[in-house]
Amino acid sequence: MGARPSAASAWISGEMVCLFAVMATLPLWIEAAGLYQYLGIEIAIWMIYGLGFNLLLGYSGLPSFGHGAFFGIGAYVFGLFQAWAFESLLLGIALATVAAFAAGAVVACFLSHRRGIYFALMTIAFGQVFWFIAIKWHTVTGGEDGLLNIPRPALELGVASLPLGSNVALFYFVLLVFAVVVVALWRLVHSPFGKVLQAVRQNEERARFVGYNVWRFKWAVFSLSAAVAGLAGSLFSMAQQSAYPDVMSLHASGVIVMMTLIGGGFVSFWGPVVGVAVYFLARDVLGAVTETWLLWFGLVFVVSVLFKPEGIAGVWQERVSGVLRLRFADAPLRSGRTGDVSIVGPEHGETKDAIGQSPSGR
Amino acid sequence: MALFEARGIHKRFGHQVVLENIDLSFEAGRLSGIMGPNGAGKTTCFNVLTGAFKPDRGRVIFDGEDITGRSPDAIARKGISRSFQTMSLFDEYTALENVLIALPEVRGRGFNMIEPLAMDGEAADRAAAVLSRVGLSGREHRRAGDLAYGERRALEIAVALAAGPRLLFLDEPTSGLGAEATARLADLVLDLKRDYSIVVIEHDMRFLFGLADTISVIHWGQVIAGGTPDELRGNKWVQRSMLADLGGSP
Ligand SMILES: Nc1ncnc2c1ncn2[C@@H]1O[C@H](COP(=O)(O)OP(=O)(O)OP(=O)(O)O)[C@@H](O)[C@H]1O
Ligand SMILES: [Mg+2]
Repeated sequence: MGARPSAASAWISGEMVCLFAVMATLPLWIEAAGLYQYLGIEIAIWMIYGLGFNLLLGYSGLPSFGHGAFFGIGAYVFGLFQAWAFESLLLGIALATVAAFAAGAVVACFLSHRRGIYFALMTIAFGQVFWFIAIKWHTVTGGEDGLLNIPRPALELGVASLPLGSNVALFYFVLLVFAVVVVALWRLVHSPFGKVLQAVRQNEERARFVGYNVWRFKWAVFSLSAAVAGLAGSLFSMAQQSAYPDVMSLHASGVIVMMTLIGGGFVSFWGPVVGVAVYFLARDVLGAVTETWLLWFGLVFVVSVLFKPEGIAGVWQERVSGVLRLRFADAPLRSGRTGDVSIVGPEHGETKDAIGQSPSGR
Repeated sequence: MALFEARGIHKRFGHQVVLENIDLSFEAGRLSGIMGPNGAGKTTCFNVLTGAFKPDRGRVIFDGEDITGRSPDAIARKGISRSFQTMSLFDEYTALENVLIALPEVRGRGFNMIEPLAMDGEAADRAAAVLSRVGLSGREHRRAGDLAYGERRALEIAVALAAGPRLLFLDEPTSGLGAEATARLADLVLDLKRDYSIVVIEHDMRFLFGLADTISVIHWGQVIAGGTPDELRGNKWVQRSMLADLGGSP
């Protein structure tokens, strides 16, 4: 039996270190690779968004097709705060996150009792409501044009003030936020809360009968996931220096689902990270070759859903470990003593004949 | 006063009356049996008693408290556990994780989002002890979905046992087991009887008559007889429904 995981491994994993290292060097080689600095920012932001989204889709089995709403709320709130109050980076981000959390919390009150297709339909409906508000409420949101000239406030560190005007500087700031989000969500999915979410996904009824108020867990995870989307949205409005309704559209909400699934959000924590990278690379590399890149990407998505719903991470895991084993597997725990009473005999072959004489052959 | 009482329970699905004026009472420290033919309403009765369905009429009282119509999770937190006839496990979790998630101490910090559950060696030990009690030592790290049928049956009980319940409902724990495994399960239930108050639905007469302190017979949604195994053996109704049951089952 394996040893108990160490305290350090609970905070950070080998994959994390590799990922952070690769991303930290990105500005050094991305241009040499024929790409551009802004792409790094975009990828890191959507990775944050995707990880938060997968808390819902992969870990809790709750498909939200309107998550763009919360991303958008984060973007607008960040922009509005800078315009109406004063320029502040961290306060703006915090407020955007809280606003998205609050919106998520309200929506989740209506959603948490729904299951399956009804849940999905409700998320679409709510997503459309927010999108519509963004378009129609001109005086606040700027309508179709959105909010323009959103500043990139400097990062105030007391003694020093780091300007984030350049794309490289902003990239490193977003990377820092990304790292914090990764570690926080990594802890979360291994915490009792994360374990309960996965239990609910596997068997909601049993989770209820062992004493979990499933409604509360769904509510909490939806709100949290919305908050992470809002955080990503606030960074996005800084990156774009604008906020516009398009990110709240059904299409944009669909893209995050697609990224998460292609990457393998159902089997791996890293699924959305992989999916986001693949999506943006496809957009820029395939996109340079053909106008119709999204068609090809969509076809790959269809094929993936049909034949490999576990996504890229699933293929990878099969390669590495032979078969798909535990989803989101943990390090093995310590285990106990020897048994006393056993109903599990040496011969398990009894199953088949036993079912034949099952008293309740329904 | 009995630990658990059901008074005048009625339950219908559409036009079908499934439970009609059910009165049951289960004493602490006892093993109470419920028997009856296919479709008699036994599982539905458990479902009503453990909160899955609201009864149309009647009261459910646990330890002097009216718990009628409470949600399953609220009832579970009061100390009532149940197993399912058709097994209901967390298939992607290991056997150990299945039990772990059902431990009250883990449930108590269900909203802890920071401390990894795997770091909690004490909880893991406790879960392993529960698994060992049902004879699943050595299977801790097997995925529940990969376990053999008999092992899954045992895990089904372990998950219910994890809560250290004040009252344990078992719905046909021998369902689908062969004669030998049924005998081993009887040993397990006998062992559990020392520490728990148990209500068990069972089809297998020998199993139940050997173990139960009292038995209630449910037929057509009604309690048609009740008493100790000895009292029941002479009961005409019981003999007849048993004969019909034995003759009628596949
Ligand atoms: N959710 C439901 N909706 C409609 N009818 C139901 C429902 N649950 C049970 N029934 C019906 O109620 C009747 C009693 O079923 P129940 O499962 O309680 O029987 P049982 O005594 O447990 O039988 P078995 O020995 O086969 O397990 C059956 O006719 C069944 O079809
Ligand atoms: Mg039944």
